[in-house]
Amino acid sequence: MSTATQSHSTLSHLDWLEAESIHILREVAGQCANPAMLFSGGKDSIVMLRLAEKAFRPGRFPFPLLHVDTGHNYSEVIDFRDARACELNERLIVRSVEDSMRRGTVVLKSADESRNKHQSVTLLEAIEEFGFDACIGGARRDEEKARAKERLFSFRDGFGQWDPKNQRPELWDLYNARVHKGENIRVFPISNWTELDVWQYIESEKLQLPSIYFAHTRPVVRKGGLLQPVTEITPVKPGDVIEDVLVRFRTVGDITCTAPVESDAATVAAIIVETATTTVTERGATRLDDQTSEASMEQRKKEGYF
Amino acid sequence: MSAIERLPEFEQPVDNGLLRFLTCGSVDDGKSTLIGRLLFDTKTILADTLHSIERTSHRRGLEAVDLSLLTDGLQAEREQGITIDVAYRYFTTGRRKYIIADAPGHEQYTRNMVTAASTANLAIILVDARKGILTQTRRHSYLAHLVGIPHLVVAINKMDLVDYDQAVFERIRGEYLAFAAQLGIKDVRFIPLSALNGDMIVDRGERLGWYQGPTLLDILESAPAAHTESDERFRFPVQYVCRPQKADDPKLHDYRGFMGRVESGEVAVGDEIVVLPSERRTRIKDIQLYGQSLPRAFAEQSVTLLLEDEIDISRGDMMVHPEKSALVTRQIDAMVCWLAEAPLDPQRKYLVRQTTRESKAMVGGISYRVDINSLEQAPAERLAMNDIAKVSFKLAQPLCVDRYAENRATGAFIIIDESTNNTVGAGMIL
Repeated sequence: MSTATQSHSTLSHLDWLEAESIHILREVAGQCANPAMLFSGGKDSIVMLRLAEKAFRPGRFPFPLLHVDTGHNYSEVIDFRDARACELNERLIVRSVEDSMRRGTVVLKSADESRNKHQSVTLLEAIEEFGFDACIGGARRDEEKARAKERLFSFRDGFGQWDPKNQRPELWDLYNARVHKGENIRVFPISNWTELDVWQYIESEKLQLPSIYFAHTRPVVRKGGLLQPVTEITPVKPGDVIEDVLVRFRTVGDITCTAPVESDAATVAAIIVETATTTVTERGATRLDDQTSEASMEQRKKEGYF
Repeated sequence: MSAIERLPEFEQPVDNGLLRFLTCGSVDDGKSTLIGRLLFDTKTILADTLHSIERTSHRRGLEAVDLSLLTDGLQAEREQGITIDVAYRYFTTGRRKYIIADAPGHEQYTRNMVTAASTANLAIILVDARKGILTQTRRHSYLAHLVGIPHLVVAINKMDLVDYDQAVFERIRGEYLAFAAQLGIKDVRFIPLSALNGDMIVDRGERLGWYQGPTLLDILESAPAAHTESDERFRFPVQYVCRPQKADDPKLHDYRGFMGRVESGEVAVGDEIVVLPSERRTRIKDIQLYGQSLPRAFAEQSVTLLLEDEIDISRGDMMVHPEKSALVTRQIDAMVCWLAEAPLDPQRKYLVRQTTRESKAMVGGISYRVDINSLEQAPAERLAMNDIAKVSFKLAQPLCVDRYAENRATGAFIIIDESTNNTVGAGMIL
């Protein structure tokens, strides 16, 4: 990656992480018959695409890109997703939670319930539709403590379930992606990266990101210490006080459950400094869905969530 | 805390690469407190995480913050107050990035410790200063040594509970050295500390003035990275063959790139190489990474190699230098750690995966099983979960191997049960 590494035999920590991730992606290509890579247009999946380019160019990716769209994503991110897939000349499959709702496989408790956790249903339907034996995702172990326990190659049974107490042992870099029909493996090539590593890599690779990752003024309502963006999907309620605040998104996902943070960081370099000195974790600052209980991520993952 | 103040400014990072290390010991030894201390003093634990574990600690009626809540990630672990599985933790000092593999200490989780040890280059073995060397200390040291962790640090913790007495430290050190010599452990360092008070972890503290050596963080900051110490012999298992054949780009018509990671040693453009197991020879025409040509590639780099001659090479083959080849064999002797609930059945066939290669395997025989507490060897017919034994295998396909003691990448293998596809064993070639 950097020219410095060519003159003496040491790898910087980013070079090491990159080399490990490339190795993992090539193992997926070598071991799996029909994998897919999740791509949402978010920063982690943008890093994943660059890693896939490094792993497989000048060839095509040995997998299509797959996005499970809740229909509640920021349009800047969806536009970015489509443009990037097109630019890379790779196949993008989009499957929608709204289609699952029409089929009746996703039933919301109420019209304004977050569709985020229902992505699992649509994902499992897409896995079945295309017969994917492996799905590559951009989750990181530093995000959340259930994820800190997850393997790089994580086995899911025929129901898409993760059994955290009965995971396959994973030793050295000898990954085991073998499955029977109907089962699949979730692969997390950037498991060992932290939020800071991701931003440093974006900087060193000069990767383009959707504009909402950078400081911009946005109408928000303060709720429980978090900033709730005012959108069509999250309209103001009586008594809400709307403020125009300079914000950026640290993480981008379903509008109903990702909150921006106050920030004036307008460049990747400024975001790196902020990330290195922040006092709140990425999910803690931004996720409206992880705070319900100590085990909410573990529970969602057991049910097939990424 | 002062750790951050002593570190270089973030704008001018000195990147000393990455170190993976293992912590072994039980909750009673203060392992969680030690990890918590490293994370705290390097400012890795952020305010909301701290508040969340404070809330949980108070809800459980604890007076102090229970730092083990940081590392025990699964619901079952929090309910039972034990560590079941390996957890990975990350911190950075600005000079170096660290990956901690936090393994459970109890005997019934030997397999988890072997798993955590397999990727570590340094192990911190915790000893309670009041209790000295225990059976558990010997077991952890044996396993760390077995899995080939080159650097051991014996952290004699809870010095605050023995009045920071140098004589206690020296006695434990002497006892450990005698035991380490029997095992053949060469690189071992000793450090007195109090994880509770933070003495000698990141800061020196004021109560261990008689100790002149480095702090724990100093040891971590200066430990060699794995790839600088690996075998010097070039080993390149082929993971994937790239044949783009784009109709619109004639340059790519004959492109055949062999993709993989240099597992050890290095290779340069122009080098003569041998492809195993076919023994065919050719030369390196180009080394590529994302469209860029490199003059050479070294251990742990993922690259694409292009060759002078068109020879048949596929996933599972390995490139080496002719004068420093690997052993191509259908018979291996190995130390095996059995990982599965179902015992090893010598009548069955298993699948062995080593580097990027697979072969069916039959058990030739079990020479002995090691009692990991007494380290005595005894005959065995079968292996149960957590057992460690010397086993020989006959292979349907040849593997290209080195002794594990010389090369962790080409000397290691996993055993897969094809009926469940589960990984059931881990092997280290003798």
